[in-house]
Amino acid sequence: MDFTLPNFAPAMPEIFVLSMACIILIVDLFLTEHTRVVTYLLSLITLIAAAVLTANLDTAEPVLTFSGTFINDSMAVVLKLFIYLITFVVLVYSHNYLRTRQLYQGEYFVLILFAVLGMMVLVSAHSLLTIYLGLELLSLSLYTLVALRRDSVSASEAAMKYFVLGALASGILLYGLSMLYGVTGSLDIGNISSHISTSIATPAEHSIVLVFALVFVLVGILFKLGAVPFHMWVPDVYHGAPTSVTLFIGTAPKIAAFAMLMRLLVDGLGDLHSQWQTMIIIVAVLSMAAGNIIAIAQTNLKRMLAYSTIAHVGFLLLGILSGTLNGYASSMFYVIVYALMSLGGFGMIILLSRAGFEADRLEDFKGLNQRSPWFAFMMLILMFSMAGVPPTVGFYAKLAVLQAVVEADLVWLAVLAVVFSVIGAYYYLRIIKLMYFDQPDDVAPLAAGFDMRLAMSANGLAILGLGLFPSGLLTLCARALNP
Amino acid sequence: MIALSDFLVLSAILFCLSMAGIFLNRKNVIILLMAIELMLLAVNMNFVAFSHYLGDDAGQIFVFFILTVAAAESAIGLAILVVLFRNRRAINVEDMGSLKG
Amino acid sequence: MEQVYLGIVLAPLFGAVLAGLFGRYIGRSGSHWVTIAGVAVSFALSLLVFKQIIIDGAAPFNGAIYTWMVSDGIKFEIGFLVDQLTALMIVVVTFVSLMVHIYTIGYMHDDPGYQRFFSYIALFTFSMLMLVMSNNFLQLFFGWEAVGLVSYLLIGFWFQRESAIYANLKAFLVNRVGDLGFLLGIAVILMHFNTLDYAQIFKMAPHLAHETVTFIPGYEWSLMTVICILLFIGAMGKSAQVPLHVWLPDSMEGPTPISALIHAATMVTAGIFMVARMSPLFELSETALSFMMLIGAVTALSMGLLGIVQNDIKRVVAYSTLSQLGYMTVALGASAYAGAIFHLMTHAFFKALLFLAAGSVIIALHHEQDIRKMGALKNHLPITYWTFLIGTLALIGFPGFSGFFSKDAIIEAVYESTLPGAGMAYAAVMIGVFVTALYSFRLLFLVFHGESRVDAHTRKHLHESPWVVTVPLIALAIPSVIMGAIHAGPMLFHDFFGKAIFVLPQHDVLAHMGREYQGVMGFVLHGLIEPPVWLAFAGIATAWWCYIKHPEIPAVVMSRCATLYRILCNKYGFDDFNDTVFAGGGRRFGRLLWQVGDVTVVDGVMVNGTARGIGWFSSVVRHVQTGYLYHYAFAIIIGLVLMLGWPLLSQ
Repeated sequence: MDFTLPNFAPAMPEIFVLSMACIILIVDLFLTEHTRVVTYLLSLITLIAAAVLTANLDTAEPVLTFSGTFINDSMAVVLKLFIYLITFVVLVYSHNYLRTRQLYQGEYFVLILFAVLGMMVLVSAHSLLTIYLGLELLSLSLYTLVALRRDSVSASEAAMKYFVLGALASGILLYGLSMLYGVTGSLDIGNISSHISTSIATPAEHSIVLVFALVFVLVGILFKLGAVPFHMWVPDVYHGAPTSVTLFIGTAPKIAAFAMLMRLLVDGLGDLHSQWQTMIIIVAVLSMAAGNIIAIAQTNLKRMLAYSTIAHVGFLLLGILSGTLNGYASSMFYVIVYALMSLGGFGMIILLSRAGFEADRLEDFKGLNQRSPWFAFMMLILMFSMAGVPPTVGFYAKLAVLQAVVEADLVWLAVLAVVFSVIGAYYYLRIIKLMYFDQPDDVAPLAAGFDMRLAMSANGLAILGLGLFPSGLLTLCARALNP
Repeated sequence: MIALSDFLVLSAILFCLSMAGIFLNRKNVIILLMAIELMLLAVNMNFVAFSHYLGDDAGQIFVFFILTVAAAESAIGLAILVVLFRNRRAINVEDMGSLKG
Repeated sequence: MEQVYLGIVLAPLFGAVLAGLFGRYIGRSGSHWVTIAGVAVSFALSLLVFKQIIIDGAAPFNGAIYTWMVSDGIKFEIGFLVDQLTALMIVVVTFVSLMVHIYTIGYMHDDPGYQRFFSYIALFTFSMLMLVMSNNFLQLFFGWEAVGLVSYLLIGFWFQRESAIYANLKAFLVNRVGDLGFLLGIAVILMHFNTLDYAQIFKMAPHLAHETVTFIPGYEWSLMTVICILLFIGAMGKSAQVPLHVWLPDSMEGPTPISALIHAATMVTAGIFMVARMSPLFELSETALSFMMLIGAVTALSMGLLGIVQNDIKRVVAYSTLSQLGYMTVALGASAYAGAIFHLMTHAFFKALLFLAAGSVIIALHHEQDIRKMGALKNHLPITYWTFLIGTLALIGFPGFSGFFSKDAIIEAVYESTLPGAGMAYAAVMIGVFVTALYSFRLLFLVFHGESRVDAHTRKHLHESPWVVTVPLIALAIPSVIMGAIHAGPMLFHDFFGKAIFVLPQHDVLAHMGREYQGVMGFVLHGLIEPPVWLAFAGIATAWWCYIKHPEIPAVVMSRCATLYRILCNKYGFDDFNDTVFAGGGRRFGRLLWQVGDVTVVDGVMVNGTARGIGWFSSVVRHVQTGYLYHYAFAIIIGLVLMLGWPLLSQ
C-alpha cells in the first residue's frame, strides 16, 4: 500500500491559522492582564499573514486536494479575504471594549481564530464531511464566545438557547446529509451533483428521498443564515451576548453561511433548483416581513439590528432564488455589503459604550450630532445604507438582487421586497431622527480610542465610497463566481 | 436479512423522538442535551446503514467524525449548563425567558 | 491624451476642494493660489488640446473614462468628447475663468467669505468643463445641474441680504422649469434611442427622423420636434430666453466676478453650446428651428429695450447679455451654429470685460452701482475707461472689433434663412443693433462722461483699481478686439468645426453666404456698407445727442411716453405675472392641497394611519418571540414539517 502525500499548498492559510491559534493559546498562558496586548497583536498579525497567504494562491483553475474534500477557487479566496478583513476590524473594535469589562482574556482571541478557521474550512469545503466539520468548528466556537461573560445572566441564557437550537439545526442538517449520502452514494459534492443531474433525466424511485434530503439540508442552512421561521435564536443571541461577540456573530459568519449555501445548494443541489426555489421564495418573503415589521417595535438597538439582519437575509435569498449566476453574484455582493454595514452598526454601539455603560438602547443615540457630529454622520451613512438609500452601497446591494429577481420573471416579488424595505426604512430613519433632532440625555464625551475612531471612520466612509464606486466590488463578485 | 428500510425507519423514529424531546420537555435542560445526542445517534445509524448497503466506507468514517464532534459538543453544552446554573441557581427550561420580544 | 483631459477637469476641482474644505488652514492667499494654479494648469492644458485638435488637425477624441454602472444594457459613463467645438469652449472657459480668478483677488479683497468664493468659482470651472467635454447626456446633465448649483450658491453668496436670497431662489426655481424640459428631452431620447451616448444617438437620428409619437390620443407629433423643443426648453432656462429670462437680471445680486464669469461669459452660454452640440438632432426638425429663431428674436429685441431704462450699471450689462443671448439663439434657429458659437466666443470676451470693468467702477465708488450717481469718471479711471470703451465697441459691432464680425454674420445668416419666421427675426435683430448701440453708449456716457454726480467724499478718494483688477481687463480687451478678425474666416466659411457641427445642405446659410461674398474679405467689405453698421452709428449718435448734448431730453421723452416707460420699468410685467399667477397661485393651490390632501387624507389616514397600523401590528407580532426555548424549537420543527409537506402536496 503506497501513501501519497496530499497537496498541502491550497490549504496553507488554514494550516497557518490553525498553527497560530494553537501557538497563541499557549503564549497567552504566560501573559498577564497587562501584557495581553501581545495576544491581540499576534491575532491581528495572524489575520494579515493569512490574508497574504490566501491572496497569493493561484485561482486560475479550481484546485482540489485532500482526496477531493477541499477546494480552492476564486469564490473561496474572495470570501476568505473578506472574512479576514471583517474579523480584523472586529478585533480592533472590541479591543478596548474587552479591556474595560473584565473580558480581556486570551480565550476571546483564540476562539475567534478557531471560528475563523471553521469559516475558512466551510468556505473551501467540497465534501459533506468538510462542510460539517467547518460548520461545527465555527458553531462551537460561537457558542462558547456567547457564554464568555460568565457572570451575566442574559449571556448564559443566550448561549444555552443558541447551543440547543444550533445543535438541533445541525442535527437536522446532518440527517439531510445522511440521506443525501444514501441516495447518491458519495460524500463528494461534485459526485453528488453529477449523480443528481443524471438521475433527474431518468426519474428514479428515490427522488422523493432526494427532496426530503434537500429540505433537511435547506433547513440547516436557513438556520445558520437566520431566516424565518428558523430565526428565533437571532434576536436573543444578539441581545444577550456581549456586544463584541454580537459584532462578530452578526458579520463574518453570515459570509460563511452564504458560502455553505453556495456549496451545498448551488454546487451540489443546483439541479433541484425548481424544487427549492418556491421554498426559498416563501422563506424570503416571511423573513423580510417579520424582520422589518418586528424591528419597528424594538427599543434595544442590538435587538433591532438582529431583526434587521433577518430582513436582510430575506433580501439575500432573493438573489439566490433567481437561480442565475447573476443572482448568485448579487447575493454575494449583498452578503459582503451587509457584513460591512452591520460591522459598522454594532461597532457604533461599542464606540458609544464606556466602562460600566452599554450604549445599546435607542435613546443612547439621542442628540449624537451634538456630541460628535462626525460619528453621527457615520451612523447616518450606515443607517442610510441599511435602508438602501443612494448613494450608499446598500442601495446597490438591494438594486442588484432586485434586478436578479426581475430577470427571473418574479416582478411581484421585487415589488413586495421594495414595500418591505420601505417599511424597514422607518426604523433606520428613526435613529437618524434621534441623532439629529433630539436633545442628548447623556453629554459625556466619547471614550473611544484613536484606533477605534479611525476604524469606524474607515468603515463608514467605505460604505459611502463603495456606494459611489460600486462597480469594482460588483465585478469582483461576478468574477469570483464565474472566473 | 434485515432490509435497509428497517434501519431507516428505526433511525427516523429515533430522530422524531429526539425532536419531540426538545420541544416537549419544559423542565430540565439536561434532557435537551440527551435529546441532541439521540438525534446524532439517529444520524449515525443512517450513515452506517447506507454505508453498509452501498459498500462504501466513507459513511462510516463520517460517523467517527460525528461521534468526535458530538463529544466536543456535549462538553460545551455542559459547560454552558454550569454557567447557567451558577447564574440562575436553576436549570429549568421554563425559567429561561428573560430575553424575548 | 486621456490624462490631459482628466487633468483639465480635475485641476480646478482639486483647487476647489482644497480651498473649500481646508480654506481655514491654507489661509486667504493659500486659497487663491491653489485655485488659480488649478485653473492655470487647466488653461495651459486646454491650449495644448486646442493646438492639437484645431491647429494640428488631430482626430477628435471620443471615449469613456469610467463606467459608473450598466443597467438594462444602458451604460452610465463618464467620458470625454473632445472635438473642435469642445477645444474652443474649454479654451474660452478656462481663459475667462483664469482672468476672473485673478480679478477676484482685488474685488473680494475685504470679504470674509474669501476662501469660500474661490472654492465656488473653481468648482464652477470644473462643472462647466465637465459639461462641455461630456460625450453623453448623463454627464451633460451632471455638468448642467452642477453649474446651476454653483450659480445658485454664488447668487446667494452674500446670504445675509434679503434680495440675494430672493434672487438665488428665483434663479433656482426658474431653472427648474427649464431643467424639467431638458430632463424630459433626455428621457425621450433614452426611450427611443436606448442610449445616452452622443455618437450613437447622432448616428441613429436620421433613421428616426420621420418617427412620430402620441402623447394625447389623436395628436401625432414628430419625435425629433418633441425632443428638440424639450431640449431647447432646457436651454431657455439656462441661457435665459424669454419667458424664462427673469432670473438673470436678479442674479446680479451676486458679486461682480460671478456676473462676469457665470452670468455672462460661460454658464449662460451652456444652452447655446448644447444646441450647437446637438445640431444633428436640431437639423432634423424645422419646427424646432423656427421656434428657436422666434424666441431668440423676441429676446434679442425686447431685452435690449429694457437696457435703455435701467439705472444699475450691472443690470444694464445684464440686459445686454440677455439680448446678445437672443442673438445667439436666433443664429441657432437659422442653422448658423458656427455663427452662434463664434458670437458666443467673442461675447464671452467682451461681456466678461464689460462686467469686470463695471466691477472696477463699482470698487472705485465703494460699491455704488447707480449710474445716476456716476459721471465723468474717464480721467479718474483711465484703464477702466479705455477697456470699457473697447468692450462697448465690440458689443455694438463697431467695424473691426470682434463683435462686428460675429453679429454681422448672424444678421446675414438670418437674412439668408428661408425658415418660417425668418423675416420677423431679421427685423428684430436689425432694430436690436440700434438699441444695442443706444443703451451701450448711454451707459458709457453716463458713467464716464458728462457732469460728475459722484458725492464729494467719494470723489476725493477716487483712484484706479489695483493691478490684479486692471491686468485681467487688459488681457480681456485684447481678444475682444482681435478675436473676431482672426477667427471670422475659418469659423464662418471654412471647415473649422469639422464634424462637430452638422448642418443639412438645404439649411446651410453660412456656406451660402460664403459663396455669395467670396470669402471673408468680401463679407467684411459688404458689412461696412450694410444697414447694421449705420444703425449702430445712429444709435451712438442718438445716445450722444440725448445724454451729452442735451441731457434734458430723456426726462422729456419719459414724461411724454409715460405708459411705455412704465411698461419697460416693469419689465413687461413678467415678474408681476410670475409672482401673482405662478408663485401666488401655486401657494394658494398648495395650501389647498396641504390642508385637504396632505393633512387630512395623506397624513391622517395614509401615512400616520399605516404607520400606526404597522406599529400596532409590530407590537403584537413581537410576542411571537416568547423567549421560551421550546417555542423556538417548535417553530423550527413546524417549518421543517411544512417544507417537507410542500413537495408531497405538490406532487
